Amino acid sequence: MTQHAHAHDSHDDDQSGYGHAHHPNYWKIWAILCLLLAISVAGPFLGIKIVTLLTAFGIAIVKAYMVARYFMHIDIAAKYVTYFIVTALVFMFLFFAGTAPDVMKPQGRNWTKPAWLDGSIHATMSNEPVEGGEHGEGHEEHH
Amino acid sequence: MSAAAGRPIATTRSSAGMPTGRLAVWWVIASEIVIFGGLIGSYIMFRLSHDAFAQQAAHTNTLIGTINTLVLLTSSLAAVLGHKYADAGDGPRAARQLYLTALGGLTFAGIKFLWEWPTEIHHGFTISSSPFWSFYYTACGIHAAHVIAGVTIMLFIAPQAKKGLELQRVELIGLYWHFVDVVWIFLFPLLYIAK
Repeated sequence: MTQHAHAHDSHDDDQSGYGHAHHPNYWKIWAILCLLLAISVAGPFLGIKIVTLLTAFGIAIVKAYMVARYFMHIDIAAKYVTYFIVTALVFMFLFFAGTAPDVMKPQGRNWTKPAWLDGSIHATMSNEPVEGGEHGEGHEEHH
Repeated sequence: MSAAAGRPIATTRSSAGMPTGRLAVWWVIASEIVIFGGLIGSYIMFRLSHDAFAQQAAHTNTLIGTINTLVLLTSSLAAVLGHKYADAGDGPRAARQLYLTALGGLTFAGIKFLWEWPTEIHHGFTISSSPFWSFYYTACGIHAAHVIAGVTIMLFIAPQAKKGLELQRVELIGLYWHFVDVVWIFLFPLLYIAK
């Protein structure tokens, strides 16, 4: 038996539920993905913030779903594949939820972001020197 | 002589309801979600809380980002067509699609490293310019490293596939490649559209 045949044995004998995946019209899916790309690029030209957000991120989610479903065949893979991919996504959101308050809020329960830290972050973001000198000189006076 | 003699056990074993190779690629993808998810999550936090991020993002080149997105989507099409031909046992056509996919990856990397980044660096936007550009070069750099890794693996797999050997690998590298495409699908609006 050739190695080629072995490869197909392993494909045919697998118990994944799709020895040979169902192959839809991939050209049609690619055309839809390109159309969605064009819409996401055109969205900001309308100058409406909510439209930009929807066409940028809403379409990104749709495109990712289409690639996962039709190109990666996740819908017909073993159920637990979906479970551990979703688990990884949940961990991502947990990371975001756990750290976002420290980054995005100036204060919370029993804590306040020091003014020097907030100031130095703003200065760094806009690529301007921090007031009081480089590297946040003058931090000591706030301690 | 056993059918699997001389071959790695993972090639023929079906573990947990699917071939071990496919299971391994899905595990790699799950761990990569956490890596890229951390990067993207951090970017969103800073982008939402600091207007300066938007000001810096205004300098990225949407045209180049769009061209590269189109290149990656098209290379994903080639990868899945390769899977289709591999399923049908047509090694030479599967290999041809893999080479086309690799060409797409090289085009993507070429546009990024020879056109986009040199232009930005020439305009003074380097990795140390500001947190936005640090994120930009880090995220795009890690993504580009994945593109180059994928191309390298494809160039190893394609000659064997052309001879009709180890055709299951065409699907496995395709899975990885589509994931690289999905990551870019999210980086593109974050860095090039939402300005």
